Amino acid sequence: MRINTKPYGAIEVDERQRISFPHGLLGFEKFQDYVLLDAERQPFYWLQSVEVERVAFVLVNPFLFRPDYELDIDDIDLAEIRIDDPEEALIFSIVTIPADGSPMTANLQGPLVINKEQRLARQAVLTDPRWKTRHDIVAELASAKKAPC
Amino acid sequence: MLILSRKVNEKIMIGDDVAISIIEIRGDQVKIGVDAPRSVKVFRREVFDAIMAENKAAAESAVTFPPVDLGAEREKV
Repeated sequence: MRINTKPYGAIEVDERQRISFPHGLLGFEKFQDYVLLDAERQPFYWLQSVEVERVAFVLVNPFLFRPDYELDIDDIDLAEIRIDDPEEALIFSIVTIPADGSPMTANLQGPLVINKEQRLARQAVLTDPRWKTRHDIVAELASAKKAPC
Repeated sequence: MLILSRKVNEKIMIGDDVAISIIEIRGDQVKIGVDAPRSVKVFRREVFDAIMAENKAAAESAVTFPPVDLGAEREKV
């Protein structure tokens, strides 16, 4: 399948890279079909809308810089993407890279939960006040490294 | 929009199993109790607005990555 992507222009993608968000993302409800692409920089990914080139998000594994990250996700939300064992879930945070050069941040309040096998996903909403929409990835990685394990 | 006037300790029922109680009124703040089954999600509206705003900011992100090194590789997914 050939699609237009924000980072790479028109490229060929594999059906197996597809991920479906039946409810879209908050504010992007119309867009439900995405593909997961490797970003040019490790360890990031792109979540690219299949339909609209400019709808694309950078993703990162939040546990890499917040080993203490915890998610309390509703069973109902999990059931909707047919997850009954947390092992089946893949967790990503959406990254914001400001154009003005200020630090890149990750949204830990609205994580993406993906069913690895069935490629179904949704954006969860966490109510734990520790998790905000803008966590400075580099700064928090530095303090995670300093903290004793 | 349906608008109802309620006093402290009065309730509003939404459907059969959601009850909204006015617990306390102090100045311009109202303390509200929500009794609902676990399947009904109750959030402050600001939480949704914040995530929505951040999703929009993320979609406007620069395509070029800053030179950061997280010291980790992608998992194959």
